[in-house]
Amino acid sequence: MTDSNAQALVVVAHGSHLNPDSSAPANNHADTIRETGVFDEVRTGFWKEEPSLREVLRTVEADEVYVVPLFISEGYFTEQVIPRELRLEEWDVDQWDSDGLSADSATLAAGDVEKTVHYCGPVGTHESMTDVLIRRAESVTGDPDVGPEFGFAVVGHGTERNENSAKAIEYHADRIRERGRFDEVQALYMDEEPEVDDVTDYFESEDIVVVPLFVSDGFHTQEDIPEDMGLTDDYQLGYDVPAGVDGHRIWYAGAVGTEALTADVVLERSAEGGADVGDAVERVRERTAPKPASD
Amino acid sequence: MDADRQADAFVDAVADGPIACDGLHSEAGPDGYSVETPNDRSEGLDEAALRELLADHERLLDNWWTWHRAGDGSRRAFLRWVESADSRPVAERYDTLAEGVTTEWGELSIHVELTGEDTGDRRYELRHIDDIDVPTADLAAFEEPLDLRRPMKFDDDGRYRPLKTAPNMPTGWRLGGLDGRDCVEAVEIAYPATVANWYREKEGNLDITHWRETGERQTGIYGIVEELPREAVEWVAEAACVDSQCLKRREWGYDEDDSLSTDGGEGPFPCREPCSLVVAAARRWTTLEREDERTYEFTLTPSEKEQVEDIIDTVAGGATEDIREADVYQGANRYRTRYLRAKRMDEEGNLCGVVTDPDSDDHDDHDDQ
Repeated sequence: MTDSNAQALVVVAHGSHLNPDSSAPANNHADTIRETGVFDEVRTGFWKEEPSLREVLRTVEADEVYVVPLFISEGYFTEQVIPRELRLEEWDVDQWDSDGLSADSATLAAGDVEKTVHYCGPVGTHESMTDVLIRRAESVTGDPDVGPEFGFAVVGHGTERNENSAKAIEYHADRIRERGRFDEVQALYMDEEPEVDDVTDYFESEDIVVVPLFVSDGFHTQEDIPEDMGLTDDYQLGYDVPAGVDGHRIWYAGAVGTEALTADVVLERSAEGGADVGDAVERVRERTAPKPASD
Repeated sequence: MDADRQADAFVDAVADGPIACDGLHSEAGPDGYSVETPNDRSEGLDEAALRELLADHERLLDNWWTWHRAGDGSRRAFLRWVESADSRPVAERYDTLAEGVTTEWGELSIHVELTGEDTGDRRYELRHIDDIDVPTADLAAFEEPLDLRRPMKFDDDGRYRPLKTAPNMPTGWRLGGLDGRDCVEAVEIAYPATVANWYREKEGNLDITHWRETGERQTGIYGIVEELPREAVEWVAEAACVDSQCLKRREWGYDEDDSLSTDGGEGPFPCREPCSLVVAAARRWTTLEREDERTYEFTLTPSEKEQVEDIIDTVAGGATEDIREADVYQGANRYRTRYLRAKRMDEEGNLCGVVTDPDSDDHDDHDDQ
């Protein structure tokens, strides 16, 4: 039974054939939004898992579908792979009219279902992602007022694979810097200068929060970055938080996309695409807020 | 009371148009209502007579009510399939439903039964087909469909399952007390998109994307997949798509007019295009198929040749764990294999000391993943 007013949210993400946790953020954020009840259906679809991007739309009953990519930047996946696999045949990247950071949404038909698809920009470039980065710093330090006497490093892949990836890192680093909350803010990269390997060279502050702008934890965030920064010689042995490196304390947060507040960004993306989300943004923010420590 | 509510709904529905459901037909005309059941036909009924007649056909009315509320589309069709509603008359079906009906969807056992005496409300229970005879109390009880999501990611040995339709669904659990909607939701968590594709196939509009089109669509690191030779695609299907590896019934071929000879499988739900796992593996095979063949000479005893074949067979069959520690009569036994390695492989790991590429300085080329 299709309801012409029914709306569905589809969170699309990369997923993995090797790592069972890769899809966890997409599923968790979908659960958070599902519980608000503002969508008749909330589903997830994956490039590497099931339901696949090719088949996720046919699992949806609603006629209006808001697709939000749980990806960090505009680029190959959001501009080519996802629209192609969802069969958004009329898609043209110009419909986002974006400078690499400003994608909003495009309304399209899909080739295999009779639905209206609102294809939204990725979560990573949304302005609210800055709040999630800061929340991640609060979570990892356990201090809701963290900032003074702390440095903040936003870590990304770099431009090797995608120029817009670095743009997103710079964008959020600038926004965090403008807030003046942290003593120092620096964008760092895995495969180009300034490199995350040299993290302590870029900060005066003794304490440095390091947050990778990645959707989920995996090879890069759990193995490469901790080893590159010298938090551990062998990722399998784990690392301390904070960990002492060259006279600094590194508070390594892991992938920002695992932070519960990311659900808010997904929701905001869909709302900007035209979804009726009522007061769910406030409710999700409330729900994902850190619980005050009990005495 | 349920029957009255059902009759109210029936009277409303027949006013909107003729009803035809599993042997119950009814229409509202200028001369009153007509009703046809498997056993009789009445015409010119007023509403009171219609209600009286419906009261005499409790099961037909209940059956209509059940499917009337299930809406249209894949969910309704699937739930009807679960209880063979298209092929079994209502009376007989309700008799069996009172006892419970169990059907299989891949490795899922779907059990449906009526909840009570006055109502045809069904309750569904899912569990692994291997657990059908396990006492309910011995199974971990899940409460809602989403509870299945995490467990379905791992097989019984705790290994990640990248392919949901691989025949390694975990056992030892049950998810009961489900209504129809939650039943389908849970089935879709265990086997995503299978209900939607099954329904499309049933309706005659399954959109199949064959190998060639799938290969041509790929970009980035998968762009090379379209180079994979036609004959290798058979091997891909044999490697990854037969029932021992995936329970979807493969409906795609090399091309629309060029099917594969490899068995597509027997399962109820179709596979409509090469999946991401197959495409990712095919990328590796495409690279490997670029190599030219060479002739090597290895010296082995007849038993050693057969042992090599046994090892390949055992690994391909996923049966290495089944070989007992001391069963040295099995070629793929660990001691037997270690003996073969000690005897026939040199320090660089070359079989019979035969280097892979005699023109290369690096003769230890077994670790270059």
